[in-house]
Amino acid sequence: MWSTACLFHHDGMIAFQPTSMRNSELFTLTYGALVTQLCKDYENDEEVNKQLDKMGYNIGVRLIEDFLARSSIGRCQDFRETADVIAKVAFKMYLGITPSVTNWSPAGDEFSLILENNPLVDFVELPDNHSTLIYSNLLCGVLRGALEMVQMAVDVRFVQDTLRGDNVTEIRMKFIKRIEENLPAGDE
Amino acid sequence: MTVHNLYIFDRNGNCLYYNEWNRKKQAGISKEEEYKLMYGMLFSIRSFVSKMSPLDMKEGFLSFQTSKYRLHYYETPSGLKFVMNTDLSVTNARDTLQHIYSNLYVEYIVKNPVCVLGHSLDSELFSSRLDAFIRALPFYSPRAA
Repeated sequence: MWSTACLFHHDGMIAFQPTSMRNSELFTLTYGALVTQLCKDYENDEEVNKQLDKMGYNIGVRLIEDFLARSSIGRCQDFRETADVIAKVAFKMYLGITPSVTNWSPAGDEFSLILENNPLVDFVELPDNHSTLIYSNLLCGVLRGALEMVQMAVDVRFVQDTLRGDNVTEIRMKFIKRIEENLPAGDE
Repeated sequence: MTVHNLYIFDRNGNCLYYNEWNRKKQAGISKEEEYKLMYGMLFSIRSFVSKMSPLDMKEGFLSFQTSKYRLHYYETPSGLKFVMNTDLSVTNARDTLQHIYSNLYVEYIVKNPVCVLGHSLDSELFSSRLDAFIRALPFYSPRAA
């Protein structure tokens, strides 16, 4: 299997330079192992993408609480502010990177996150038989789940990926609607 | 100086947690009804406060007081609501409620995968830490007055 080979290759690297092991590498490697396992379990890339998104969603709905508690950021007034918080605070806090925010739609309801270096794909090389696998699709689920908890329904998808030969990695975010708060049913 | 009781509601109005420390008078209705009544009032106050405010607000509703007690309210952007009743001498319990959210709720509920979010919290660890935290508050001293 392809990423098993990658993992072994990386194991070697770690053994070679034990002092340079960073915490984020633990996550990167664990994620690699997860994707590898899913590919074994499902055979179909579409299904793997779906599972990754679902797992990400479940992480996102919890991660948002950790994020809010640690950053003490209040409610965003508009989608532009949301974009800034995601790129400059959240990505920085959890992945140590700051994607750039570009390609705003005229209506201001869509933007792109450009990831110069996606830490999830360190040491990864996609083999030819996984051309439809969206390797980092977990991130889409995380973003969707976290934003849903702050009343925003958002469509999140990878439109470019360096793993698949694109020049950059681009995540497209489209605001769908504000989730309204309602009184629970049965209350008057 | 005392803490009477504490409610935690999720964004759908479910009461996730309730505990009382020094409550002399009960509502005389079932707890379920009391939670609904409380949530309904909070919901109305929030909408009332935001409609009546002559200026844009940052935080919205913070607290109210009666002749005998003060209700402190803290809402997270994710819609969790922390409500604590104290006596009147406690003027600001915002930091306390924030602390309960970030150091207790997030640490012992959100980070515990066995705790299903949106259901009443049955984590003993959370309950005992919260109880210890409340009892250690400088304004917690249920004197028999």
